[in-house]
Amino acid sequence: MALNSLGREIPESYAGKPLIPYGDPYAIRPQGNVAARPLKRVNPGHNKRLSSLREAIEASGLKDGMTIATHHSLRNGDFLLNRIVAEIAAMGLKGIWIASSSVHPVHAEIIPHIKSGVIAGFQCGVNGLIGEMATKGELTCPIVVRTHGGRARSVIEGSVHIDVAFIAAPCCDEYGNMNGYYGPSACGSLGYAQIDATYASCVIAVTDNLVPFPVVPVSIPQTLVDYVVVVDRLGDPAKIVSTTTRVTTDPVGLQIASYASQVIEASGLLRDGFSFQTGSGGISLAVAEKVRNAMRKGSIKGSFGCGGITGYFVDMLEEGLFSALMDVQCFDQEAVQSIGRNRAHQEISADMYANPFNAGAVVNRLDCVILGATEVDTSFNVNVNTESNGYLLHNTGGHSDTAAGAKLSIIVAPSIRGRLPIVRDRVTTITTPGETIGVVVTERGIAVNEKHAELKEELVRRKLPVKDIAELQREICRVTGTPRPLEFEDEVVAVIEYRDGSIIDVVRRVKE
Amino acid sequence: MAGFKLRRSLLYVPGNMPSMLQNIPIFNCDSVIIDLEDAVPLSEKDAARHLVKRFLLNYTDRNKELLVRINPLDTKWGYEDLKVVLPAMPDGIRLPKADTPEIVERLDTLLTEFEEELEVEIGRFGILPSLESALGVINAVGIANSSERIFALAFGAEDYTASMEIERSRGGEELFNARTRVLWAAKAKGIQAVDTIFADVSDMEGLRAETELAKRLGYTGKCLVNPRQIEVVHDVFAPKQHEVEYALQVIEAIQRARQLGTGVIALGGKMVDAPVVKRAARVLRTAYAHGMVDTLIDEEAIHGAQ
Repeated sequence: MALNSLGREIPESYAGKPLIPYGDPYAIRPQGNVAARPLKRVNPGHNKRLSSLREAIEASGLKDGMTIATHHSLRNGDFLLNRIVAEIAAMGLKGIWIASSSVHPVHAEIIPHIKSGVIAGFQCGVNGLIGEMATKGELTCPIVVRTHGGRARSVIEGSVHIDVAFIAAPCCDEYGNMNGYYGPSACGSLGYAQIDATYASCVIAVTDNLVPFPVVPVSIPQTLVDYVVVVDRLGDPAKIVSTTTRVTTDPVGLQIASYASQVIEASGLLRDGFSFQTGSGGISLAVAEKVRNAMRKGSIKGSFGCGGITGYFVDMLEEGLFSALMDVQCFDQEAVQSIGRNRAHQEISADMYANPFNAGAVVNRLDCVILGATEVDTSFNVNVNTESNGYLLHNTGGHSDTAAGAKLSIIVAPSIRGRLPIVRDRVTTITTPGETIGVVVTERGIAVNEKHAELKEELVRRKLPVKDIAELQREICRVTGTPRPLEFEDEVVAVIEYRDGSIIDVVRRVKE
Repeated sequence: MAGFKLRRSLLYVPGNMPSMLQNIPIFNCDSVIIDLEDAVPLSEKDAARHLVKRFLLNYTDRNKELLVRINPLDTKWGYEDLKVVLPAMPDGIRLPKADTPEIVERLDTLLTEFEEELEVEIGRFGILPSLESALGVINAVGIANSSERIFALAFGAEDYTASMEIERSRGGEELFNARTRVLWAAKAKGIQAVDTIFADVSDMEGLRAETELAKRLGYTGKCLVNPRQIEVVHDVFAPKQHEVEYALQVIEAIQRARQLGTGVIALGGKMVDAPVVKRAARVLRTAYAHGMVDTLIDEEAIHGAQ
């Protein structure tokens, strides 16, 4: 056990690998070269098409203990991972690791295969039941939670090697060229899969929409793809949307959004060339709407919108408020349609989006990002992975990446959830370090990290309710009372890897 | 500036809803009217007034004006409302159905008695009478003069249209006479005038149009049924940038005039005298509340040294 710089106890190793305790957001310098994979040769006349997933898995040479990956661009509408795992189980393989870009509640179907030993563990974070059961001790499998940029880093540096990448390809030709723009399972950007295609030993394109050669535009080229398999259905794109895509009408949410947009205006960042990221979700979209109105009013021409892209950002692009969208993942159908028709809606890989170990990621160019939280502590550390019951329920996404990259990261959250205060002495799990968080906005006040002293002064001048974060906490706790601390066992059920590969926190089994 | 209180937005909050009461501190309306009258079903009248009392007692860090709309004094709940709620020190009482000066005088007397009993300053509790019937509108002048506790007159269109046996329209043409009569009474007495609610919470354009009309007529604020309406109302009542700039020039000009020993001076070819200065001062106070100017101008700047 060692303490990391945020005071969290980090074991020396986890799932057979030594761990590096987190130190600070920017210090670790990578060594060596990017990972390699075998050279290949395909001669004229070669047929990449195979008739079934089973045949493709056999051809890939997948063996016990190897690692597979899928992308999560279809989010909770993905059918592929469940089918692959069922096929692997039917083939009698054991001890397979999953290094997908994310795992969603729909993948709870694979839980029996975790229990039976077909699946050994996760080199990625998980959303939903798998994490909950792991934290309760009902499921034993290591989980290494990574940020989007951190996952790209781990694959590119080779600390995670993907043996076989299965890529859901909504529009694909028989030689493996693909994009996500068109077809019945269109999901838009294939930003996560681009990493898998480039670094996996074997790449299998799986499609429900085989079109004549060549697919254009090419998101992932034929040169990276070994096999092509046609299935009846990749997924249900209607389920890409995981949260609401409408601006909230809840007065509390609107109050938070109003404060957040005033913080952005006060920051001085809202000028020509402004770059911006928000998630989906009612409060984020309400902030986006207010920012849009402010940009219109001030005739401000932004630079780019980034991240998971929503129809809201598409409208802003088409209105001329941004000159480009940098899209690693589409969050709704409007975004999917836009990326297929608008050249200024640029698909980017997870590497380009957020990897800390390259010559510069897009997040480094962000002015402002709006992020959520399940909890925040008085040192501005943020939890998005676990809920206040201690269960691991959410993956990190690009949270820590954008917080570290953007000039100003703003957390928006209601001060009370259920009956619990959002600001704590200590968050249950640290996902994103407080030193990368600029401002916490709740309906009861705005807390500014002291590194943004000028912004704080300006907010006070504008008569916004600026409060010391401890004062904000006291005020909330006067309403809610102080919750009893959770109790945990020693057993570590998941580690939270920071984007640079160091360990920022661990998730322990909850004492029930 | 003594006694000046910005009342652009007066938000109704039902007195029987704990989840809404606990959010009162967070909304940036100027005043809240906690309702014990129409929003509260008969079966909850008693519970609600005790809930409101507890809430007020715990709300120590007050950041807005707190008014309580009691039940009319001729009902069996009105007096009890006062008795339970006043010890928790609201800023004032919104009196529904204030149809005659006598009704307000009665409340004034009761408030004085409670103030003596509670050993607080006489006049501490303000009164915001609701003129919401034909009779109330006719009696507006008398009502405005019925008590020194009255800081504003409020016009209530829902009950007014019911008493007139007419429908309330989106454009509100049928309210014009009543609105102006309430205004005259308020302005003649030198108090504020608060416009009626706009009930359609989803119609922000309608709200904006009605608020603009009210402001143009001379109303200084509006009652609201949902926190989402605050932003539009504040936006309408916010002085325009050019108005603020002009007001600053007026104050500067009049100060210059005083140095020259006169109370009148020309600014951009127009005469600046006391009424112009008064208007400019009002613009700057509102601008200050909106964060558009950094300092509150002092009394001396307006009236000159004694």
